[in-house]
Amino acid sequence: MAGKSLSTGKSLGPIRRAFAPWNDPAAKPFIQFQNVTKSFGDFTAVDDLSLNIYEREFFALLGPSGCGKTTLMRMIAGFEEPTSGHVMLDGQDLVGVPPYRRPTNMMFQSYALFPHMNVWDNIAFGLKQDGMPKADIATRVDEMLALVKLEKFAKRKPHQLSGGQKQRVALARSLAKKPKVLLLDEPLGALDKKLREETQFELIDLQVKLGMTFVIVTHDQEEAMTVADRIAVMDQGKIVQIATPAEIYEQPNSRYVADFIGDINLLEGHISSTEGGVTTLDCDGTGAKVQVNQDGGAKLGDRAWFAVRPEKVAISLSPPVDPSVNAVTGEVWDIAYLGDVSIYHVRLATGATVKATITNTTRLVERPITWDDKVWLTWSGDGGVVLTR
Amino acid sequence: MALTNSSSGHSRLRWLVVAIPYLWLILLFLAPFLIVVKISLSATAIAMPPYQPALDFSAGLGVLWQQLKELSFDNYVFLTEDALYWESYLSSLKIALISTFLILIIGYPIAYGMARARKEWRTTLLMLVILPFWTSFLIRVYAWIGILKPEGLLNQLLLSVGVISEPLNIMPSTLAVYIGIVYSYLPFMILPLYATLEKLDETLLEAAADLGCPPIQAFWKITFPLSLPGVIAGCFLVFIPAVGEFVIPDLLGGSDTLMIGKTLWAEFFSNRDWPVSSAVAVVLLAILVIPIMLFQNAQKKASE
Repeated sequence: MAGKSLSTGKSLGPIRRAFAPWNDPAAKPFIQFQNVTKSFGDFTAVDDLSLNIYEREFFALLGPSGCGKTTLMRMIAGFEEPTSGHVMLDGQDLVGVPPYRRPTNMMFQSYALFPHMNVWDNIAFGLKQDGMPKADIATRVDEMLALVKLEKFAKRKPHQLSGGQKQRVALARSLAKKPKVLLLDEPLGALDKKLREETQFELIDLQVKLGMTFVIVTHDQEEAMTVADRIAVMDQGKIVQIATPAEIYEQPNSRYVADFIGDINLLEGHISSTEGGVTTLDCDGTGAKVQVNQDGGAKLGDRAWFAVRPEKVAISLSPPVDPSVNAVTGEVWDIAYLGDVSIYHVRLATGATVKATITNTTRLVERPITWDDKVWLTWSGDGGVVLTR
Repeated sequence: MALTNSSSGHSRLRWLVVAIPYLWLILLFLAPFLIVVKISLSATAIAMPPYQPALDFSAGLGVLWQQLKELSFDNYVFLTEDALYWESYLSSLKIALISTFLILIIGYPIAYGMARARKEWRTTLLMLVILPFWTSFLIRVYAWIGILKPEGLLNQLLLSVGVISEPLNIMPSTLAVYIGIVYSYLPFMILPLYATLEKLDETLLEAAADLGCPPIQAFWKITFPLSLPGVIAGCFLVFIPAVGEFVIPDLLGGSDTLMIGKTLWAEFFSNRDWPVSSAVAVVLLAILVIPIMLFQNAQKKASE
């Protein structure tokens, strides 16, 4: 939970690290969803949702397809109107304002470049629409072309560009009008992995440099974690959790979030003690005791799940000092060698599988732990969280 | 050896496949056209068929050479001397041009509406556009006589409603010809337009709106330019047959409606002047084909 204070420093680095207006009660939200519901016939895409996004924030809407994240973004752009509720931008109610009058711009998943116009005209389109003087348009378009490093491609038509170049044109076009909010709809989905990773960092740099508010929709959790200040994890039209990438990963508030972001082991049981800032969970079947340094979140007798990430589980051939707490035993069922890490799938007596990730710090010659070995899995009291939903 | 054999068999098959369309065009377009050209260079005669062949391929090369040197373009010269012909050409072009424009104005909104209709409706709408083709073209034009004639359905309706007190003389007239052409050729405009508009990516319109472009402007800046291939195809499909149209002006037009198809028919059947009517047909083809070829060349250059 680092970086809670709102820094007023001028250099970009510290601002970015200390940027957390959502923790400041005095901060005014820039984009506000107030009890927004959006239905398409019988289907409720967004269900009574409230959300605050702050100025200069890089905000990610993350979830599986059909969770309502795209609908939410399209309501900011104006392509969808909420069935009920309000969408506010910078204190102004956006409901009823047509998309062509909103101070937002969107980068489309398909890029939606105008195929009959060259790169230059595509970028100039919005500026011409605003009736900007010709000389200013030329300056601005050239500036945008320089920003995305496409100066040499100004006269090309979209079909003469590669996927990465199209993506840059789309970005330049959506930034040209200096929108109050830039909306990015799965902006990197069509790029290959390497280019996608590069572009993610470029997006972050750009966002910091321009000082704009970015809202990104993605189903790629890695992408959301890389670029975003905060992530909203969505499911069936509702937000399950809003938090920073680290909080989402380390302190998921539900099995859904824990499972959606990264890999997770879940051990089911009931709460047997919540004393002294330590929550104790008795696992079903194995009877193993899990003690987590966690205050609150679960009541005595609750049905609960212990969620622990594979990289926080240690694997060993010998039993720990106290095998009754934060330890389970089982047999190595499978080993996935991924080069940098190996993932051990350990089958417990109950039939459940627990995964443990081991970093391969030396060249692999012979595995110290191998198939069918009887092993002990252990974790620390800070290794995981107890979830009740 | 077997390998080379089979590969040569393969290439022979490929050659055949490529040759079929060319053969088709040579047999059913080029050969008849050359016959027409040949007749157009002949002189009329009271005979069966009613012309004096200018070329006689059976008489040997020497005679043929002599005949080639003596070929006369009198029939073509004749077309320039009688005002009837160039007036017919001009009138046909004018009627076809205005009709094409009217069909475009009527057909575009229809095609646009079809392309923007709900998916499950589109096939039905498409069927409705094609449906008239299931009735003979001739019968449909005759039906218009029943509607437009002085004692026809339209006049009866208007008289009974009280909009008019005297029947309108819509038919026979050039106006009736316009109505007939617009009605008959409308599907040929709608179909290519629908094909291009249906493919149009609607996110482009969202992108335009997002960049500050209201819907009507977006139509002229995005939709219309992107539908131009359909507009051009539709205009060609309508304009070309409309120029040479015979049935519609013959049935719906008055004696003052001058169209080259009618002139050609009269020359061929009433005057039995095959050579002149052939010359009329060759010139008509030239008038249509040469500008289209020039246009397509220009387009090709523009797209490069």
